Amino acid sequence: MSKDILVIGGGIAGIQSSLDLADMGVKVHLVEKLPSIGGKMAQLDKTFPTNDCAI
Amino acid sequence: MPNKEENIRIGVFVCHCGSNIAGYLNMEELGAYAETLPHVAFVKRNLYTCSEGGINEIKKAIKEQNLNRVVVASCTPRTHEPLFRSSCAEAGLNPYLFEMVNIRDQCSWVHMQQRDDGTAKAKDLIRMGVAKSALLEPQQPIISDVTLRALVMGAGIAGMTSALALANRGYEVVLVEREERLGGMLNVINKLGPSMADAASFAEEKIKAVQSHKNITVFTKARVTEAQGFIGKYKVDIETESGVKKIDIGVIIVATGGRLLVPEGLYNYDGKKVITQLEAETLLKQGLDKGINNVVMIQCAGGRTKEKPYCSRICCQTAVKNAIMIKEQNPASKVSILYRDMQMYGVENEELFRDSRAKGIRYIKYDPEDPPQVKDGSVQVFHSLLGLKMDLAADLVVLSTPIVSQEGAEATSQLLRVPIDDNGFFLEGHVKLRPLDFATDGVFLAGSARFPANIREAVAQGLGAASRASIPLSKGSVVVEPIISILANEDACRGCGLCVALCPYGALEIRKTEKGRKVHVIDVACKGCGVCASTCYQHALSVNSFTDDQINAQINAFLE
Repeated sequence: MSKDILVIGGGIAGIQSSLDLADMGVKVHLVEKLPSIGGKMAQLDKTFPTNDCAI
Repeated sequence: MPNKEENIRIGVFVCHCGSNIAGYLNMEELGAYAETLPHVAFVKRNLYTCSEGGINEIKKAIKEQNLNRVVVASCTPRTHEPLFRSSCAEAGLNPYLFEMVNIRDQCSWVHMQQRDDGTAKAKDLIRMGVAKSALLEPQQPIISDVTLRALVMGAGIAGMTSALALANRGYEVVLVEREERLGGMLNVINKLGPSMADAASFAEEKIKAVQSHKNITVFTKARVTEAQGFIGKYKVDIETESGVKKIDIGVIIVATGGRLLVPEGLYNYDGKKVITQLEAETLLKQGLDKGINNVVMIQCAGGRTKEKPYCSRICCQTAVKNAIMIKEQNPASKVSILYRDMQMYGVENEELFRDSRAKGIRYIKYDPEDPPQVKDGSVQVFHSLLGLKMDLAADLVVLSTPIVSQEGAEATSQLLRVPIDDNGFFLEGHVKLRPLDFATDGVFLAGSARFPANIREAVAQGLGAASRASIPLSKGSVVVEPIISILANEDACRGCGLCVALCPYGALEIRKTEKGRKVHVIDVACKGCGVCASTCYQHALSVNSFTDDQINAQINAFLE
């Protein structure tokens, strides 16, 4: 079985999944339809309730 | 200024953080000021230093300007230091030759109305950071092995799910449960909303899977009494009926759950005619008594009070589910739910709520200032939308009480050195970015131990925590921050042991050496908090990247 993993969507959920899998030593292919990853999260200014900078 | 290297070249990157910093401080002045500081060879201002463009600027400058120190004046190291460090490393600079200056959280944000003073303070902070950075020394990360065995505390649905997920990946799991039976609250629950699946058969299936799994060792009527060590290398004592077991553990998942508040003294609670939702689950399992035709449920019973200000979230769905169950068992019955606000988040729960209205379940909003009165056989309530006092017949009153923190949560928190909040629930590392990790590496969190969770959430968190815990297990080793305490001056150490007594992480021990009793730092256990270095009256201990020289340089720079 191929051990590579495909993650579809580069929003925060896809990015976190990819990072965790890559940290486990698995090769990940992250596919995003837009020119940059980050999704909605990258468009936010601050995130509630801690007001961390979203980017 | 004392420098070991001859040619210190510092690059300073001043971040605007969009308008977070630039909106309140004079950025041009800050940039120009940084250029005047000693050893500063390059200054750049960025809209967002953490963006891809900003990071590339750092990498480019390191190479083109031959920088050997990098200072970023921006936000908090808590969120961004790892990123900037790794950017330095990518450009070939030792990541510990990086210094971060926070001109946002403790400067622009708190001095929004004081542009000139805020700018002056930012200058001080940058000057201090630059002075310290000149003295930074390269550090090498520490690598430590990980014991390939996980401890899961609590065998409710969250803990069992975590244990199974880890065991299925091939890791050994030690599952510790205080009660005699696995399953936790699942054993008491009747049906699982919103699908109304049978809780008992779901529990049975999970328990069997856990008990028959070759990789899972289950201890029931047991508790963890000692957990010494750090990520990858914990020594854990488990007190069981057949004595204390000592087991080596690599990672720990806390899934100790919560418990339902028993509303003693509230709304005439007696456990018979006035009961909790959990007791209602048992009644529904047995089949509701034929004589029960009128049921009144009271939401937020003992919850959202001054003492327990939080909303327990799952009691509304439980009430709606049980109301539907009552209607199913006795279609002629009248069920009223007295509520303050209905918390029915999620698509399925919204649907369940709508269905329940269609089935004739009545919802009456009450005012917490004028709460319902439970009488013998009836409940009096002021309908706050109609403005009417109503008398509702009640053969059974069901109180929706909140989930409160688990008994012994505080002891667990002390045992593992992880925090709990004011309500006794465990606190995750970061509410958004690390929802299933503790701030302490190697310890993870799932289910109602964190906050009231329904089955679906407990399962999701159990799987998530197992996934996070798999990272160090699959690697087999962990890289530990080298910003730790070091015995910088061995001759000065008299082996007094004061630091050993004060170390909150058990990272110090006294060893006999040829030179006599000396302190030894267990490097992988040290968190670099600095308690030892600041209390050592012999100045024998020091903390990497926070040496006396470096801190003095910062203080002197401030006083300039």
